[in-house]
Amino acid sequence: MKASRGILILLLLLAVAFSLATVLQLRTPRWTRRSASDSVLALVFGESRQLFANHFFVKADISFHSGYYPSMFDQARQAEENDNDVSHPGEEEAPKPESGFLGPPTDWIDRFGRHFRPVLHVHLQGGNIREILPWLRISAELDPHRVEAYTVASYWMRKHLGKVDEAQQFLREGLRANPDSYELLFELGSLYYDNRHDAGRARNVWLAALRLWQKQEPGKSQPDNLALDQIAVHLAHLEEQEGNLDRAVEYFEMAKRVSPDPPQLQRQIDEIKQRQPRAGSLSPR
Amino acid sequence: MNKIFAIAGVVIKELYRRKDFYVLFVLTALITLLLGSVNFFNDDRIARYLKEICLLLIWISALVIAITTTARQIPAERENRTIFPLLAKPVTRLEVIIGKFLGCWLAVGLALVVFYLFFGVISGSREHAWPVLKYFQALWLQWTMLAVVIALVVFGSVLFTSPAENVTICFFAVLGILLLGGHLNTAALGQKEPLRAMFYTLYYLIPHLEWFDVRDIVIYDWPLIPWLDCLLATAYAAVYVVLFVFAAWVVFRRKVLTT
Repeated sequence: MKASRGILILLLLLAVAFSLATVLQLRTPRWTRRSASDSVLALVFGESRQLFANHFFVKADISFHSGYYPSMFDQARQAEENDNDVSHPGEEEAPKPESGFLGPPTDWIDRFGRHFRPVLHVHLQGGNIREILPWLRISAELDPHRVEAYTVASYWMRKHLGKVDEAQQFLREGLRANPDSYELLFELGSLYYDNRHDAGRARNVWLAALRLWQKQEPGKSQPDNLALDQIAVHLAHLEEQEGNLDRAVEYFEMAKRVSPDPPQLQRQIDEIKQRQPRAGSLSPR
Repeated sequence: MNKIFAIAGVVIKELYRRKDFYVLFVLTALITLLLGSVNFFNDDRIARYLKEICLLLIWISALVIAITTTARQIPAERENRTIFPLLAKPVTRLEVIIGKFLGCWLAVGLALVVFYLFFGVISGSREHAWPVLKYFQALWLQWTMLAVVIALVVFGSVLFTSPAENVTICFFAVLGILLLGGHLNTAALGQKEPLRAMFYTLYYLIPHLEWFDVRDIVIYDWPLIPWLDCLLATAYAAVYVVLFVFAAWVVFRRKVLTT
């Protein structure tokens, strides 16, 4: 009798708990101001996510260097984090014995210890690039507003791994979280242009990126001129390929104003102007 | 020698009777398998993140097993008063110390073999490569490092009154050496005397356990470490083991065991 009463009480408590859960589930997001779509990571880490997101982005760079990286106690760490190689994909180099952040060994402990850790500055090559992707994915999961995680992952996926669909999907995710990001739009435009060979769509996306840049950056004390340079130069090349030489010159002129190498762009402008049909001559339209 | 092995055998039996190892192994396996099941951009050849996490868990688990198992050996013998019948036999206190050390070291070695087998299977299933020699080097160097840790904890267990105190102090000491040990020389350069001399003294005195952490070599597929270097590192660790075991014996042989 006592046992059955105990079971009944337990069942009653379970029923109450279940009913409460169904009621509270709908109300708690309003109390905590948390959206229903927030991930488990957001729930667990809260605002500290951004700190962890940075850590995982740096992990991607460590992975890109195959473990050869300044530790948090080395002075070079800050510089490496601020200017990480994984974000500068164009720079490829051969492995070389490093005298960089490690410097010459200071004593026999230091010298011998180097036999047990990576001491060559290398970058991941070919398909091995895929190894950085989990860290970038986790970084983006933790902080969806870290635009760099999306653009870097997309670049390597579409350029080196042939994962164009995945890159596009990831960029779309990034755009959902950061609809005003000209960096994401620029990368998406590059994907359309380089991988999908869809110049029309690439132009539209790059123009949207340009509009966002013009809306956000000019008022800043240090505007992101590199981004404007990239967007304008890519638009110029696109227009040049499409035969819209006047527009190409316009974009090159725009890029020249912020470019670190204006003479190079001027040469390209001159080349296009030479190819342009002279005023008054008959040209088919 | 037989007496030492007999004492060591009891310690090994204790490890597989207790739940510590099983719990830590299941946790390591569970977390690794869970992370291994995550799909990153439809690419099932991504392996290094998994290797990194699995090796980190192995390092944490091995340290926990080594320190907690060793720390309770002598205090438990004293608390249960089994130390008296043990010493009533023709067993010297030095043999007890060496037996306890050896037992813990072999027990941790067994645990490491299981952990590395699991790691090898997980890593091989992803990378379709079996760098057995590299895994052996990593296992050997980690086991050698744990010998120093175990010897340190044996010394701590005759020095400190409670096992909890010993565990805490040893954990901090080992983690401190692993994280900061290799950077004390750089830190010393930024200090003024006499702090600089103190930093340098500490730098030369501590066992450099960070040498034995070759996870990056395994994770990022760097070439094998020269075997001579492994041998030298083993000899370096052996010096510290002898030093700590000897110190433990010096303290233990004069210790009054009645409470």
